[in-house]
Amino acid sequence: MRKPALTLAATALATLPVFAACTENASSADGDKKSDPRALTVSSSADACDVSASSAPAGTLTFEVTNTGSQVTEFYLLGADGLTIKAEIENIGPGISRKLTVNAAPGKYVTACKPGMEGDGIRADFAVEAAADAPTVSAGDQQLTATALANYKAYVNDQSDQLVTATQKFVDLYKAGKDDEARALYPEARMHWERIETVAESFGDLDPKTDAREADLEPGQKWTGWHRIEKDLWPPAGYQALKPQQRATYGEDLMTNIKTLDSRIAGLDYTVDQIANGSRGLLEEVANGKVTGEEEAWSHTDLWDFQANVDGARVGWEGVKPIVEGKDPELGKQLDERFQALQALLDKQKQGDGFAFYDKVSDPDKKALSDAVNALSEPLSRLTAAVLS
Amino acid sequence: MARSYAFRGTHQAGIVTPAQDRLHFAAFDVTTESRDDLVALLTAWTEAAERMTKGEGAGPIGPTQGASNLPPDDTGEAIGLPPSGLTITFGFGPGLFRSEDGKDRFGLAAKQPAALKTLPHFPGDMLEPTRSGGDLCVQACADDPQVAVHAIRNLARIAFGTASVRWSQLGFGRTSTTSVDQDTPRNLFGFKDGTQNVKAEEKDDLSEHVWVADGDDPKAAWLTGGSYLVARRINMRIEVWDRQALEDQESFVGRTKDTGAPLSGGTEFTKPDFDMPGHDGPVIPDDSHVRLVHPDFNGGVRMLRRGYNFVDGSNDLGVLNAGLFFLAYVRNPDTHFVPLQTKMAAHDAMMEYLQVTGSALFAVPPGTGPGEYVGQALFEA
Repeated sequence: MRKPALTLAATALATLPVFAACTENASSADGDKKSDPRALTVSSSADACDVSASSAPAGTLTFEVTNTGSQVTEFYLLGADGLTIKAEIENIGPGISRKLTVNAAPGKYVTACKPGMEGDGIRADFAVEAAADAPTVSAGDQQLTATALANYKAYVNDQSDQLVTATQKFVDLYKAGKDDEARALYPEARMHWERIETVAESFGDLDPKTDAREADLEPGQKWTGWHRIEKDLWPPAGYQALKPQQRATYGEDLMTNIKTLDSRIAGLDYTVDQIANGSRGLLEEVANGKVTGEEEAWSHTDLWDFQANVDGARVGWEGVKPIVEGKDPELGKQLDERFQALQALLDKQKQGDGFAFYDKVSDPDKKALSDAVNALSEPLSRLTAAVLS
Repeated sequence: MARSYAFRGTHQAGIVTPAQDRLHFAAFDVTTESRDDLVALLTAWTEAAERMTKGEGAGPIGPTQGASNLPPDDTGEAIGLPPSGLTITFGFGPGLFRSEDGKDRFGLAAKQPAALKTLPHFPGDMLEPTRSGGDLCVQACADDPQVAVHAIRNLARIAFGTASVRWSQLGFGRTSTTSVDQDTPRNLFGFKDGTQNVKAEEKDDLSEHVWVADGDDPKAAWLTGGSYLVARRINMRIEVWDRQALEDQESFVGRTKDTGAPLSGGTEFTKPDFDMPGHDGPVIPDDSHVRLVHPDFNGGVRMLRRGYNFVDGSNDLGVLNAGLFFLAYVRNPDTHFVPLQTKMAAHDAMMEYLQVTGSALFAVPPGTGPGEYVGQALFEA
């Protein structure tokens, strides 16, 4: 059982953790496992924010926040200035508990519950004490984060610009009936899209017009975009080819949407967790559509998309790597190794400037690629939490 | 395990019957062109089903009681097993009324229910023809998997020459409750499923949402007291789902993973508060599953869900071939299923982790009276 929450006002003394630890050690002899001074509980009601202790030793702290009020609440661990958010957990419904994990360096902090999600919240001082068994926490995170954000924005914008240029060239070839050249450019142009796919997909109106597969269509939805043209360039048996005027319509429509995308991307800014989530999301795209050969049903150029998704994921990872290395070096090492292992398998599929067509890839090779994607995706799914810790 | 359910009654058993733990479901193609042979099959199936639901053999003689120089009329793997709550439920697919090219195969076309047609293509459908459709279906549910498999195996054997199995599906764990006495089970995403299901005790809701009423479809009066069965084989992208953060999983579903309470708070059966504000929009997100399929946002329609978890081993890539074999009984699929599925396919955050690989729709005739064979009113009224 959890020990009862202490009230803050009377106990905000630096000696408390020592005292509390002794008490808990004594009770652990009775089989009580709740002796970890880094495991805290928070009870958030309409007018109180009871934290089980007002200090903790440095290291990975967990706050199990239970909402005992009747409105949605939030819990924050703020810096000593009461402004900088060190960690937060949102959307805790009445009666519901959520767990916040944060890697805290020694220093002064402020805890805050925000019942109803309004105002400054119910605040109290919180101290993190130096501890011999605590991992060191990098203090230069802010600078690292700023660099990561700037680099990522530059990368996405550059890919988007290249996407516009390559798509224009592709559409021109397609409209002019230069099918061999259009087919050669198709997977290369799409790589710029796939490298930033999680950003491109975030515009819910553009994605279905641009990247829908035939199986994704809703009844009555007109099929447009890359894959509509793909089918026309790699026609299956019995397929009715598009006429030049239709080619012009579909080509120009794709170009218009890509330009709109580019102009919207130019105005985007990112957060460090978006970068980490984007990396995970790109590998999910690989697992869901590319490694199964579903993405490029007609052209079988899935490996170009595959490589581009991995490129984008790796760029995201490398951007936040300096932040993670100070916090969880084991995770960083594992991600590096597994990105390399996956890339080595992709390199084996390279043919000339491109890749093998996916319908020509052997089943054992597909299995090996799928295994490598799973092996990388597992640690990657912990990246966001590590970056934010 | 000793419980048993009568085969005959006003409605077919296996719909409001408290959901048993195991399933074997089979869809059949009718291979004969003879209406008499078809009626003979339904008669033989009725007799075999009635015996098996009592815990007896499929045939009148028994698995070991017959002549030594003949194969037994029951396959024997259920010897010594109790009835195990076995129910056997029969349905008729669109192909029984008209072939794909519109031919009236058995003189039944004039009685085809208006809503009994191949379901439309929904976004995200990756249907495999060998897991879809069928002229006849048999749902066998029991608390012992061997009993359910025994039922399908023997009914398929009886059908040889008249109907052949088109596809079949095993389900190893129920995902729905059909009675207030049952706890809500979990699906393979690890969440409680079917909390809002129509339950056997909700008689008014059954009449409004599950049973076809007199006058619903004048051409298909034979279906009065029956229902429609929607069968969908929904593969889950298990490995990818497992990598989602707990808070993300919960926001896709709209409920907590632990207790199944709506994200607006309370316990499992607390009514969700869809207006409760959260950090960005409502605390139960707009694209969460619970919101999109909730009766409040779907003209009040409900379904009786009776689905099962399945794992059919792993695929060539070494990932689980697993998911939810969705079974739902509704009064009219055009009002109670197609609009919901269309909306879910387009907007549900969970769709990212789902792929529908099989789909079928059947009209489920009402219960079989004493001396009748299943669906008799269709052939003789």
